[in-house]
Amino acid sequence: MRLGLLSDIHANPLALQACLARARELGATQLALLGDLVGYGPDPAAVVDQIRALQAAGAWVLRGNHDTLAAAPPAEPRTTDEAGARWTHDQLDASQRDYLAALPLQLIRPPCFLVHASADAPAAWRYVNNPLVAADSLAHAVREEGVCYVLGGHVHLQALYYQGRGSTLMLFEPVPGKAIPVPQHRRWLATVGSVGQPRDGNRAAAFAMLDTQAAQITFHRVPYDVGAMVALARRKGLPQEAVQRLERAR
Amino acid sequence: MSTVALQPGDTLDGFVIGPVLHAGSMARIFSVHYAEGARDPGFPMVMKVPRMIPGDGAEHIIGFETEHRLLPLLTGPHVPRFVACGDLAVHPYLVLELVPGRTYQQLLDETPRLALDQAVSLGIALARACHSLHRQNVVHQDLKPANVVWRDGGIAVLLDFGLSHHAELPDLLAEETRQPIGTHAYMAPEQVLGIRGDSRSDLFAIGVMLYEMLTGELPFGDPKTAGGLRQRLWMDPVPPRRLRPDIPAWLQEVVLRLLEPQAEHRYPSAKHLVFDLENPGQVAVTARGQRLRGTPWHRHLRRWLRAAGLQYQPSTMPSRQIDEVPIVLLALPHDDVSDGTLYSLRQATARSLGARPGARLACVTVTPPIGPDDTDTPRRLLEQLRRWAEPLDLSQHQVSFHVLESGDVAGAIVRYAKRNTVSIIVMGAATHGLKFQPVVPTIPVKVAMRAPCTVLLVKEDLPVLAGVEPDDD
Repeated sequence: MRLGLLSDIHANPLALQACLARARELGATQLALLGDLVGYGPDPAAVVDQIRALQAAGAWVLRGNHDTLAAAPPAEPRTTDEAGARWTHDQLDASQRDYLAALPLQLIRPPCFLVHASADAPAAWRYVNNPLVAADSLAHAVREEGVCYVLGGHVHLQALYYQGRGSTLMLFEPVPGKAIPVPQHRRWLATVGSVGQPRDGNRAAAFAMLDTQAAQITFHRVPYDVGAMVALARRKGLPQEAVQRLERAR
Repeated sequence: MSTVALQPGDTLDGFVIGPVLHAGSMARIFSVHYAEGARDPGFPMVMKVPRMIPGDGAEHIIGFETEHRLLPLLTGPHVPRFVACGDLAVHPYLVLELVPGRTYQQLLDETPRLALDQAVSLGIALARACHSLHRQNVVHQDLKPANVVWRDGGIAVLLDFGLSHHAELPDLLAEETRQPIGTHAYMAPEQVLGIRGDSRSDLFAIGVMLYEMLTGELPFGDPKTAGGLRQRLWMDPVPPRRLRPDIPAWLQEVVLRLLEPQAEHRYPSAKHLVFDLENPGQVAVTARGQRLRGTPWHRHLRRWLRAAGLQYQPSTMPSRQIDEVPIVLLALPHDDVSDGTLYSLRQATARSLGARPGARLACVTVTPPIGPDDTDTPRRLLEQLRRWAEPLDLSQHQVSFHVLESGDVAGAIVRYAKRNTVSIIVMGAATHGLKFQPVVPTIPVKVAMRAPCTVLLVKEDLPVLAGVEPDDD
C-alpha cells in the first residue's frame, strides 16, 4: 500500500488539490485525511465536498478538533478559535455539518494507527510535539495487533519519532523528498505537517507518503497558489490574524 | 534456514555461499556468487552476515541495521558497490562488492612506520574518500586502518558503516544520555562526549591514522577507561617529529591540526586537507608544526580544567559545511588584461569565498613552459598574483599562489581543479590567455566543459552611455 497522508487541510482547497495531485503522481493507492478539514481557512464548504467525494472513492477520513468545534460551535464564542468555528459553521449546510460530526476520531488499519492528535486520548487533542507525548501515543497504539506506525497531524509540523539506542523516543526532523526507511520491526510515529496552514515559515503545503511494502516514509512539500487563497480569505472577511498566518506560514 | 547457521555450499536468495573470508566477533564474511551466472554483476561479491548471539549488545545489532539502511544509498568509487540485502527480520545479510586490495591495517602490519611519501599518498586517498562520503551527508564515525582498503589502482575505499551517521535519516544509534560509540584509539573528542554527525570527527580519525602511519604509535594510546578516553579533550599528543625527526614541519602541522581537540580548529572539510597534502609548499607552518617537545604539564592542567566544562558547537549538515567553506581557484591572465577586468575578478573572488572563515583561495596563472635558466619569469608571475590579491580581505581565509607551466591553458586549469578538489573556478570570460591562444573564447569554454565543478566566467563591467542601449551581441 502506498498511503498518502494529508492532515490539517483547514479549508484550503487549493493546497488540498496540490497535495492530492502530487500524491497521485507518486502512485498513492490509498488516501488518509487525518482531520481538521476545516477551521482558519476561507473555503470550508469546498473542502468538505471534495473530501466527501474522496471518501466515497475509498479514502479514510478522520475528525479533528476544528471539525468537532465547527459542527457544534458554542452559542457564545469566547476564543478566536470558537469565533472562527462559528463562522465556519455558518458557511456549511446541515449535511456538511452532519458529515463532520459523524467522522471517527481514529482508524486502525494495521500496520497503521491513524489519529488526528494522540492515540492515548484522541478526544483530548494533545499536541504530539515532544518525545514524551509521542511515547504515550505510540505506547497506546502498538497495543493493537500488528500496528507499528502511528500517523497523525494536529501540530502542523513534519516530524518523525523513533526509538534510538536509549529508552526515550528520539525526534527526527525530516528533509522533504528524502525517503526514510521505517522497517516494521521498529515502531514509528509521524506527524505529517499541515496541508492548508503550515507554520514553519515555509508556505508550501505539507503531506507525507508511507509505502508499507517498501517500509519507507517520505515527507513532501508542495508549492501552490498561496496568493489566491490569501485574496479569497480577505474577500470573505476572515480576521487579519488568519490571513497573515496563511501569508507568512507562521 | 537461519543465516546464523549459514555454511559454504548453501544457497540463499539466489546466492551460492562460498568460503568464509573473515569470521569476526561482529560478522562473518563469505565469498558468494549468483546461482544463475547470467546475473553476475561483473565483479566479485561478498556476503556479510551479522553474528546475532543472545547477549549481544544492542549497539551491534543496531549497527548492522544502520549499515543495512545506509549502504544502498551510498554511491561513488570510495564505497563498496551494493548488490542486495536480506529482510532484517528473516535473513539479515548484505551482499557487496569484494573490494580488491589491502586494508591500511594490513599495510601497517607489514611496515609499522611507512615511508613519508607513502603515508602522504595514503592520507590523500583517505581524505578524498572521506570527502566523497561527506558530500553524501554521511559521517563515517568509525574510521580506522582496518576499515579502509587501498584499492588496486590507488584509491581508498571505506568499509563498515555500522556506526555511520546520515544527516537525512533518523539516527538509530542516538540516545539522550549520549554514550560514546566508536573505536577508542581513533575516536574524536566530540564523539567521546557522545556527539554524532560532525564531519570533522572523521578528520580527527584521519589525523590519528596519519600519526600512526608516520610514527608507528597511536597519539592517545588505546585507552580502556572513560578517564583515559577523555584525555584527548585536553591533552596534546607527543609531536610526531619528536618520535621521527625526518617528518617535515609542514606534515606535522597538518597532523596536529587534524588532532585539535575542538572541531572548529581542525580543517573545515576533508577537501581542505587534500589541498594541503597535495601542496606541502603552501602549508602555513605555525609553532605547532615546528614543535619538538611535548606540551608542559602546567598548560595541560589549565586545559584539563577548561575541558571539564567544554562547550561544543555542532557543525551543520556535512554537505552544507563543504559548500560554506569552498576552495576557490582564481585563474589570472598575466598579460593584456585591463584594470577593470582585474577588479571584476577580485569582486567575484570575494563573493565566491563567502562569509564563513576557513575558505581557501588558490591563485593560479598558466604560462608556456619556462626554460630551466629563466628564474625571473616565475618570480615575476608570482609577484603579479600576490599584487592582484593584496586588496582582498583574506584575514579569515588561506591563500596560495601557483604558476603552472603548460602550453594547454584550459587543460592545466582543469587538471589543477581536479587534483585539488576545487569547489569553484573563477576566470575572465574573454580575456583569458589572450596572448597565447589565437581563438580567444575557447579557453573559458573548454574549462567550463571539462571542469569538475562550477565555473564562474567574469566580465568587466562596461560603462553604458545614457540613452544608448547596449547591443545584444
